[in-house]
Amino acid sequence: MIYDVIIIGGGAAGLTAAIYTTRRAMKTLVITQDIGGQAATTSDVENYPGFEHIDGLELMQKFQKQAEKYGAEFVFEEVREVIKENDGFRVKNNTKSYFSRSVILAFGLTHRHLGVPGEEKFGGKGVSYCATCDAPLFKNKNVAVVGGGNSALDAALLLSKIASQVYVVHRRDKFRGEEILIDRVLSAPNTKIIYNSQVKEIVGEQVVSGIITSNEAGEENKVDVNGVFIEIGFQVKGELVKNLVKLDSNNQIIVSQDSETSTPGIFAAGDVTSISYKQIVISAGEGAKAALQAYKYLNAGKSINIGVDWGIKKKINK
Amino acid sequence: MPEITLTDKNFEEEVIKSEQPILVDFWAEWCGPCKMQTPILEELAKEFAGKVKIGKLEVDQNPAKAQEFSVLSIPTLLIFKKGNVIWQAVGLQQKAALAEQLKKASTE
Repeated sequence: MIYDVIIIGGGAAGLTAAIYTTRRAMKTLVITQDIGGQAATTSDVENYPGFEHIDGLELMQKFQKQAEKYGAEFVFEEVREVIKENDGFRVKNNTKSYFSRSVILAFGLTHRHLGVPGEEKFGGKGVSYCATCDAPLFKNKNVAVVGGGNSALDAALLLSKIASQVYVVHRRDKFRGEEILIDRVLSAPNTKIIYNSQVKEIVGEQVVSGIITSNEAGEENKVDVNGVFIEIGFQVKGELVKNLVKLDSNNQIIVSQDSETSTPGIFAAGDVTSISYKQIVISAGEGAKAALQAYKYLNAGKSINIGVDWGIKKKINK
Repeated sequence: MPEITLTDKNFEEEVIKSEQPILVDFWAEWCGPCKMQTPILEELAKEFAGKVKIGKLEVDQNPAKAQEFSVLSIPTLLIFKKGNVIWQAVGLQQKAALAEQLKKASTE
């Protein structure tokens, strides 16, 4: 089986790309670990046009349904390797390998880790990267949130309604999130901010029992908590493609205005690329661009018209 | 065979005393990745019918078992065989990886 395109990633960019490639009758395979990526982990999307309010996962499932309707195939696995061959690309996961004539990279971002002792050991045993998933498991317990941006503030606010005491450990002397969120967090009665401090270690026996923080003066302090929510942003898993396409200093894939990477036949879209704004609607648009460009690439030399996709049920203006 | 709804009350009977190996999915309504896990488990329940049981335990209604097995992140998946935990994983698990574990559990 030779695919016209393999799309790596099933978030807003990858799924939109799949809608566009399948509507161009390109044989399309989406290889992804999940559906929806980051968008699926938020319960409130209020800025996607056409939906005043929608659950993030629900929106992403609509994307997927639409792609499937036009014939996109899905494999739920992590991609391990992408290899350039003479007339296309071989994409390998743990169990199989697939071949395609073009590739769209849309695997987004993964949670940044602290990289401190105990973090890995207690993953799922008190250390969490998804406050909306795990906060309710910490009812009436003490928890710490690490970070100072919007996602950390969101997590702190959510946890303040569930946990008994919330500590926010931030390495600077003030937050860099939205004012309205900062005010809400600062006024929550059970929330204590530990400024100018970093987490040195996460400790416990079977599960987390505390964190060791260290302030600017190097003084260490133990804080007793059962949960640690790490909200220090996201990073690109650039290692997968670093020998294949050019990355910027933040490991993001460099793309042209038309979604081309430095390797002909490989396109990229969404948060995995060096675009400035990480938004669902932008990723969707970038996914569409990458799909059209891949279509153009596969038809190079033929006289094709990228033109307008009026859709199957074109409305006739009378 | 459909998945079994597990509770704090029937856990002993359905899981610990189970003749067959059983995969237990600790989940909750509020958790996005759990919703993605569900259809994968439904398919596996059909494919492994008669060999491995699949059970789902909602952590909000059944805090005792969630606590007993230190479930602090969901979805958490545990495979029990003869009353013991023989495998566990946290976070959304892909079908192929789970199928492999279930195959192991049902043959070894």
